[in-house]
Amino acid sequence: MTKLVQYPSGAYVLERDAYSTPVLETYHLGIDFGGLSAVNNFNIIVGPTEISGLIGPNGAGKTTVFNLLTKVYQPSKGTILVNGHDTSKMTTVDVNKAGVARTFQNIRLFEKMSVIDNVKVAMNNSMHYNPLSAIFRTPKYYREEKRIHQKALELLDIFNMSDLANTEAGSLPYGAQRRLEIVRALATKPSLLLLDEPAAGMNPNETKELMATIRNIRDKFNIAIILIEHDMSLVMNICEGIAVLNYGRIIAKGTPKDIQNNPVVIEAYLGKPEKED
Amino acid sequence: MEKMFKKIFDKKHISRTVSYLIVIVGYIIIQLMMNTVGIKNLFKSLLVPTCCYIVAALSLNLVVGVSGELSLGHSGFMSVGAFAGILVSGLLEPYLAMGWLRLLIAMLVGGVIAGIVGLLISIPVLKLQGDYLAIVTLAFCQIIKSLLNNIYLGVDNNGLHFSFVQNKVVLSNGGRMLLSGPMGATATTRLATFTAGFLLILFALLIIYNLTYSRFGRTIMAARDNRIAAESVGIHIRNTKMLAFVISAILAGMSGALFGLNYSTLQPAKFDFNLSILILVYVVLGGLGNMTGTIFATIILYVLPELLRGLQDYRMLIYSMILILIMLVTNNQSLKEKVEALILKIKTRFLKKGSVAND
Repeated sequence: MTKLVQYPSGAYVLERDAYSTPVLETYHLGIDFGGLSAVNNFNIIVGPTEISGLIGPNGAGKTTVFNLLTKVYQPSKGTILVNGHDTSKMTTVDVNKAGVARTFQNIRLFEKMSVIDNVKVAMNNSMHYNPLSAIFRTPKYYREEKRIHQKALELLDIFNMSDLANTEAGSLPYGAQRRLEIVRALATKPSLLLLDEPAAGMNPNETKELMATIRNIRDKFNIAIILIEHDMSLVMNICEGIAVLNYGRIIAKGTPKDIQNNPVVIEAYLGKPEKED
Repeated sequence: MEKMFKKIFDKKHISRTVSYLIVIVGYIIIQLMMNTVGIKNLFKSLLVPTCCYIVAALSLNLVVGVSGELSLGHSGFMSVGAFAGILVSGLLEPYLAMGWLRLLIAMLVGGVIAGIVGLLISIPVLKLQGDYLAIVTLAFCQIIKSLLNNIYLGVDNNGLHFSFVQNKVVLSNGGRMLLSGPMGATATTRLATFTAGFLLILFALLIIYNLTYSRFGRTIMAARDNRIAAESVGIHIRNTKMLAFVISAILAGMSGALFGLNYSTLQPAKFDFNLSILILVYVVLGGLGNMTGTIFATIILYVLPELLRGLQDYRMLIYSMILILIMLVTNNQSLKEKVEALILKIKTRFLKKGSVAND
């Protein structure tokens, strides 16, 4: 179904992405904590509309990779290119401006703020008025606030959350909080969305819904998505490319089919091959 | 018209409306009382300082409550504003007869200078977090005090004379000392009025509320609630916190200027660590981020010790006991829930009348 072609650099990407700049490239990315090398020689190329998965046993360094990509951690070595721009020296804020948005393994919302304000915070960088026009309420303030209110509502509407707009974010049910985190990340208009265990704590029905949502996001916003996930049915179903991480190293890369049949992966991670229901 | 009415009383803006109303109604009542039955001189003398402390507490609440950083140097900014204001007023005195204009200029200059100092301080301070930030702001407050304790500044026909040593400032005939070290400012013309204090409170509320209900308020609160998440959506934490810090310093400077011009003499030692703590107590007991509460707490806790003067030595004992009691009551969860339920009841009844489909 998904056909891979080779980039000039030698990496494989989806056929439909073959002639565009990859949204993410990392070369020899690594970080050491003290003497321990948590991630080592991490090379990955992600096409502009690809959904890819990052899997591996607990403690393999998956979240560390996300933290490196968003510069929460400073990489000890290696290069990160986002849409062809080097982000390895940037701050977290600038990486976001360069087009990377993320969610967190343990939900990190602005809990005391309303749902719509959570989204508006993420849209802050697209708003243009200074503190003085905020204090003295110039027409520009009203214009911009109205515009952003409309945009935030539209975005929430896509995820069926517009009726929750004025609810306090911390009081939302768990699934809605996860969804809001995704909405907030999308509000920064990223070209690459990093989802850290989006299905954690969800029941099979919610997971199924989430799969549809993730596909929808890709199709509607035309962005690339990388997700960390332990739920194999989700990963194998929606990911077009998968990288398997163990002890901070990529031990296998390829399509879901390749990964499922890869003996190294089976040995390191899956144990015995199992049938998914 | 109806829409405007709705906006004033909806869930989000009700606290703002209440704050403004309290201040305006309070002002009108006190003015009426002054013009009819009259007020004891003791209370009259408390009016302007109360206004100053309210503004100082409101501005500190912007940093501690809204921005979530514990600052113990707030009296430092008041001090800078006070002495800058006194200087400006003193220098302008021969040229500008109108008292209110001089007061206005003094307050503006005091605010601007305190703001500049706040900006400079915030650069090192905001690299720190939590307790460390508190300690550095505390040190700043002490530095300002020591510095002002050693400044001798006089003016005569030849211009300004400045020294860090007392007898170096020699003034020709007709010269005046503006600042004389630990003695501070002496022979200041008193310009502060209750009306000026009232207007300053309104101005402070305007700035704080309008800032809070704007994109800046949202980012400030986001940076407080979750630093890492805020950075991940492109919020520059330091700039955001700096804005809150500087605005707070400006307001504190303005309140300091008003405070300074309310007394004929003012010593730098007045703005010490104790004052910072006192203002912090107003903020904490009034509620972090709660401006209406801050106004109430300041009025009660500032006027209370004066009311207790009759008790002489037991005054501070009773004052501190009341403080502890308020703290216990405000932290009592079951009591809080009861009060919240009551407010909700009143609100639903009130809002039924004026249809609130404004979501």
